[in-house]
Amino acid sequence: MKLLTGNDLKSGAVTWWDGVQWSLHVEEAIDVGDHADSILARESATRRVNAAYAIEASKDEKGVRPAHIKERIRALGPTVRPDLTLKPADPEAGQWVI
Amino acid sequence: MAEVQFRFRDDEMVGDPGVTVGAFGEQSNAAAVRLEPGDEARDLLPHLSRLRLIEINFPVYGDGRGYTAARVLREAGYTGELRAVGDVLVDQLAFMRRCGFDAFAPEVPLDPADAQAALDRYPEVYQPAADGRVAIWAKRHADVQGG
Amino acid sequence: MYKYDTYDQAMVDARVEEFRDQVRRRIDGHLSEDQFKPLRLMNGLYLQLHAYMLRVAVPYGTLSGAQMHALGDIADKYDRGYGHFTTRQNIQYNWIKLDEAPNILADLAKVEMHAIQTSGNCIRNTSSDQYAGAAADEVTDPRPYAELIRQWSTFHPEFCYLPRKFKIAVIASETDRAAMRLHDIGVQIVRGEGGELGAAFYVGGGMGRTPMIGPLIKAFVPLDQFITYAEACLRVYNRHGRRDNKYKARIKILVHELGKEEYTRQVEAEFAHLLSQNIEPPTAELERIKAQFADPAFETGLSEELDRSDPDFALWVDNNCVTHKASGYIAVTISLKPIGGIPGDASADQMRLMAALAAQYSFDELRVTHAQNIVLAHVRKDQLYALWQALDEAGLGTANLDLVGDIIACPGLDYCSLANARSIPVAQKIGQRLAAKEQQIGELKLKISGCINACGHHHAGHIGILGVDRKGTENYQLLLGGCEGADTSLGQITGPGFDEDGIVDAVEKATEVYLSTREGNERFLDTYRRIGMAPFKEALYG
Ligand code: SF4
Repeated sequence: MKLLTGNDLKSGAVTWWDGVQWSLHVEEAIDVGDHADSILARESATRRVNAAYAIEASKDEKGVRPAHIKERIRALGPTVRPDLTLKPADPEAGQWVI
Repeated sequence: MAEVQFRFRDDEMVGDPGVTVGAFGEQSNAAAVRLEPGDEARDLLPHLSRLRLIEINFPVYGDGRGYTAARVLREAGYTGELRAVGDVLVDQLAFMRRCGFDAFAPEVPLDPADAQAALDRYPEVYQPAADGRVAIWAKRHADVQGG
Repeated sequence: MYKYDTYDQAMVDARVEEFRDQVRRRIDGHLSEDQFKPLRLMNGLYLQLHAYMLRVAVPYGTLSGAQMHALGDIADKYDRGYGHFTTRQNIQYNWIKLDEAPNILADLAKVEMHAIQTSGNCIRNTSSDQYAGAAADEVTDPRPYAELIRQWSTFHPEFCYLPRKFKIAVIASETDRAAMRLHDIGVQIVRGEGGELGAAFYVGGGMGRTPMIGPLIKAFVPLDQFITYAEACLRVYNRHGRRDNKYKARIKILVHELGKEEYTRQVEAEFAHLLSQNIEPPTAELERIKAQFADPAFETGLSEELDRSDPDFALWVDNNCVTHKASGYIAVTISLKPIGGIPGDASADQMRLMAALAAQYSFDELRVTHAQNIVLAHVRKDQLYALWQALDEAGLGTANLDLVGDIIACPGLDYCSLANARSIPVAQKIGQRLAAKEQQIGELKLKISGCINACGHHHAGHIGILGVDRKGTENYQLLLGGCEGADTSLGQITGPGFDEDGIVDAVEKATEVYLSTREGNERFLDTYRRIGMAPFKEALYG
């Protein structure tokens, strides 16, 4: 599947296109299929997202998983500071990245 | 060709667009020439007295060779119009002025208020360039330097 | 240290307002990201993996207590309570909001700090010797010259759109503690034959994808022509540096492709021309700056004795303190490399504590080192124990300067959008694995970069590690034999790369080869230079 991701213009936070808006959670990202370019053009124009691009990902029972480790780290947060990731309470969260 | 949007001189504008450096070499009467980033500004030095307009093209703002070209020409005593053309943006104007540009023909016209604000932004300059402004380090010791 | 006058302050204040205006134009849509990017970069604002990152300049690595305190406050107020000291003696904040960035710059301006030209294709913050003003071997304090370069290069109208970024280092002793020859321009202040001071220029060094050691292009530039010569070096580069390929755009490639002789010839021609342009600052300006770097009021008649009865303290003194030029004083390095910690990170509280300790024990002054540690340059020996106790209590008493635990690591794939692999976890694992042996191993500079940009200086590590992307997984190359300093050399790759656990094992094996073959008091580097790569390869791959 294809996901769209970028950063929020003002906060810089990593965001994912959920079909309606830009979510902080990769689990909410939807497959944009062939529409990546048109959504990116529209959303960049309205400045709801900054420096957005399309990436490859897969989906299984455990959820959405970006194909590249870089995007998985973006989705979670820095592996060396679990307290600052999106899942501070889950000590195993870093394993998902690798 | 883009319009001249800002011009900081009073003489009459040269109507003809600048010819390329190559054509200039062959056309002994041309008074206007256009430098591309790869052209050698010093090739023009023997002809400065008959030049009234030198356009320096910035195909992309990030290619800064035109800043050096401008200063080299001013340092050699060129007093005609030095016009920045192409990808000229608000936030480069002040640097360009300091390097000796006195006319601007941006491809995409600039917001005049933003441009003015950018030109007026810095009260002082840290180093001398082609605009004759006195550097901070000289002002600090103006008494020692005799003014 | 250098104090702003009203001119300096007005320039920094104007910059804050300029950036505020640029951010406003970006947020309201007048500027596209493509147009805004170079502007924010010239203010040190990057878009990284998780958020904006702000890089704040620490000019030539020197800070006052008030400035360090303000850096701690900014970490709390605008970030998540910490900052990262970098290999270029700057500090980075990782969680910055775009609309708050102008306020951060305003807070910085209040303590005479800024983020000007900490990124972009311009002249960056000048680096220098962390022991400047304290080192027994310097011919003079190098920082006044670095300050002169700061002024000259700030908003230099001709050199803000260079082919690529441009880094200058200034030192003033034979021992090079700033990796001077791995900079675009390395300046060494030297004494001429008549005893007068001048500047030796090394041009075209650098790390990155094509590491090069900068050649000497001019052995002695008189100080009243110093800036003019630098301007000539830059002008030739701006005119002729390659712009067709980002990876060949640094000045080292120009110097290499033209040849040192031809580059020097062009610089000399430009220099001769520029001398007629009177661009040199008045000599009185250098004197004015020098006066601000005059020695603090060292007390005399102090005892040279240290009470070494506490073994932990004695170990720390042996590892982290170096001789000072004034008797009764010592220069102290605070390690930001606790075992298993994140190299170069400091919490807001640690920053404020170091600020307070600087005020109490070191004439209110601190330094950031390119090895990502902090220096208190002028500590009285009779107060050293009290200082150490305060540091140790705050987790800042690690005794590992220049040991294998004192790892330089760039942020890598945990933060950096250019990274191929994570650097920090590798550093943490190596530090933990070798902690028990590090005293036995002795000096061993280990440096890790998360990509070829080499912010972690891996080419210059006795052991270097480079993170690469191998088909979507992290992989690490091992290099041996790099060194910065007077005998600068570049590390050589051992062979095929390793995965994360593999690289930790590989480093351990390399240290075992060293321990079993070293002679006398050879350092790791000396043994490598003597026995060569083969025994290491054998142990790693054989
Ligand atoms: S070396 Fe690469 S990964 Fe590390 S900080 Fe520099 S650019 Fe980022």
